[in-house]
Amino acid sequence: MRLPLAEHRYGEHGVVLPPERSDSNDALGIDLDTRRQLYRSMREMRTFEKRAYDLFMKQLVKGTSHLSLGMEAIAAGFGAAMREDDYTFATYRGHAHTLARGVPMTPVLAELLGRANGLMGGKGGSMHLTSVEHGMMGSYAIIGAHLTIANGAAWSAQYRGSGQVAVCFFGDGTTNIGAFHEALNYAAVYRLPVVFVCENNLYMEYTSIRDITAVAHPAADRASAYGLESIVVDGNDADAVHLAALEALDRARSGLGPSLVEALTYRHGGHSRADPGKYRPTGEVDAWKAYDPLTIYRERLGRLGVSEAELDAMDATALALVDAATEGAIAGELPSPESAFTDVWADGGWSWRN
Amino acid sequence: MAQLSYRDAVARGIAQEMRRDERVVVVGEDIAGAGGVFKTTVGLLDEFGPKRVIDTPISEQAILGAATGAAMTGLRPVAEIMFSDFFAVCWDIVVNQIAKTRYMTAGQVTMPLVIKTGNGGGLRFGAQHSQSIENWAMAIPGLKVVTPSTAEDVIGLMAAAIRDDDPVIFCEHKGLYAAKGEVPDGEIVDTLGTARIRRPGHDATILALGMMVPRALAAAEDLATRGIDAEVIDVRSLVPLDTRTILDSVARTGRLFTVEENPQLLGWGAEIASLVADEAFWDLDGPVQRITTPHIPLPSADSLEDLVMPSAESVARTVEKALQS
Ligand SMILES: Cc1ncc(C[n+]2csc(CCOP(=O)(O)OP(=O)(O)O)c2C)c(N)n1
Ligand SMILES: [Mg+2]
Repeated sequence: MRLPLAEHRYGEHGVVLPPERSDSNDALGIDLDTRRQLYRSMREMRTFEKRAYDLFMKQLVKGTSHLSLGMEAIAAGFGAAMREDDYTFATYRGHAHTLARGVPMTPVLAELLGRANGLMGGKGGSMHLTSVEHGMMGSYAIIGAHLTIANGAAWSAQYRGSGQVAVCFFGDGTTNIGAFHEALNYAAVYRLPVVFVCENNLYMEYTSIRDITAVAHPAADRASAYGLESIVVDGNDADAVHLAALEALDRARSGLGPSLVEALTYRHGGHSRADPGKYRPTGEVDAWKAYDPLTIYRERLGRLGVSEAELDAMDATALALVDAATEGAIAGELPSPESAFTDVWADGGWSWRN
Repeated sequence: MAQLSYRDAVARGIAQEMRRDERVVVVGEDIAGAGGVFKTTVGLLDEFGPKRVIDTPISEQAILGAATGAAMTGLRPVAEIMFSDFFAVCWDIVVNQIAKTRYMTAGQVTMPLVIKTGNGGGLRFGAQHSQSIENWAMAIPGLKVVTPSTAEDVIGLMAAAIRDDDPVIFCEHKGLYAAKGEVPDGEIVDTLGTARIRRPGHDATILALGMMVPRALAAAEDLATRGIDAEVIDVRSLVPLDTRTILDSVARTGRLFTVEENPQLLGWGAEIASLVADEAFWDLDGPVQRITTPHIPLPSADSLEDLVMPSAESVARTVEKALQS
């Protein structure tokens, strides 16, 4: 029997480094306005997530929460590529994906604080952000389930001939549950308009993905089993993600079926609020923090002629939005006690007897 | 005697059994190197090594399937399902395989395995990470179901579960992990199927499980200040069930209350109410009353979650009102 923890001590597994920094993607065919939008969107996510973290520290956010710090390029790159009526299916690590669909910050933050003005009035919480009117079809906290559910939304879109695509985000660890494999085969068989996006941040919760997965690329190396192309993109490069997103969405919309995109990235912090992320080799954390999606993108925009002053102004706007959301969330009332007893049934109530 | 947290008691109980029986192995997600996401398996990897303490992929069916096969062939696995809510993704292995195999094979196969799991609410984790699933498991012939409420019971019942030749679903209450209690030194081995009277009393019997036990005890203290002397029983083991202790208590007090962290429909208290109606009807001085969560999924906001879970106040209020009427 192979025993990874006999081969190396816990936390001393092989380091996976980010790509070399280069300016080669400057030349990708993405117009400058889209690029400004990508930067703005990533900055909003970054500032929002940092604030969410601060509010935990102040005990204003209860329970748990999973941040996308360091992983913003994937949410932003896809968000900017999706049609307004496309569907997003995200995991408990879903704040950024929710913002990417244009959901305003105040209700998202208020939901984290358990307030009445939260996106779901405090009933769902950080792990279940949902805004159907924005195509944000939910954040799912049981690993694997939402891949199968995204298939259903894609099926429905296909049935209705709406041209919508379902985009489903999940982590590297998720590729080891049966539902991942069932969902991919199912989508491939029926050629569903769905895009599966594996955010490979190299870790499940506290365990290195390499120690518990048979292949090096948890998603891409499985693609061929379902007749899909093996796609790995730089998940910290918003442009690279954006182009991969456009291609996969286009493929789905034109009836060619599903794609599986593995986006390589890293989380700056731990898995969730309780986790300092100490099991990651120092060299690895530092290298990935230096390959920060915001830093590399800001530099790119600079090279392409966007002034520091304009970038600073975008940062300031993002901060103002987050500040306003913080105020709005903190000022929110506690949910009314009656609200705990609504919405079990379609008639609005909860009663099971007369 | 030493103070020990409920979470450390889990590791101590498992370690105690691993020392005496090398057939005991532990598997689950993040349980080895990280010592578990709830830190209930800290120290096991260091003491027993990577051959006996194994981190797995996120593959609950494969984890429990492997534990099943290993149990069938000479090992005594302790498998962790991190949050009890995740039983839903591997329920086939639990219900159709683990629970039924001994019976279907006319006793050829023995299934000595423990599935430990973080169970229950109160941590603001929302509807998919807060459920109390004892009643799911109780419904299946072939499964034993245990939920300790103190650190000492965690050790003793874990030992009993590991030594038992039948599969045991071992529910650890997440809301109790940080709670500390006095624990004797040395080996502790308890008995499945035994309840404990935590507070003797004459006026009413209050049955509770897991995190509801400290709440029921607090309610009893409160009631005592108003002249009501309630007996609090920690049920501990739902299958097998210590009906003797429960029925004897009802015979003494004449009133029965259950404090359950699950919705009313098919909660464990319903079975006890039915049993008491069958076997102790003439002992009762009034209706059995069940204090449960409402028929809703658990909300995540702290104010709402607190509202819908039984509390010391709601228990005391219900008991007092019932006894006065
Ligand atoms: C069925 C199931 N098993 C286990 C968990 C606990 N869990 C929550 S997140 C997580 C790690 C997921 O890792 P990955 O898919 O890589 O996503 P990431 O958190 O890194 O974004 C685990 C094991 C769960 N929520 N559901
Ligand atoms: Mg991951």
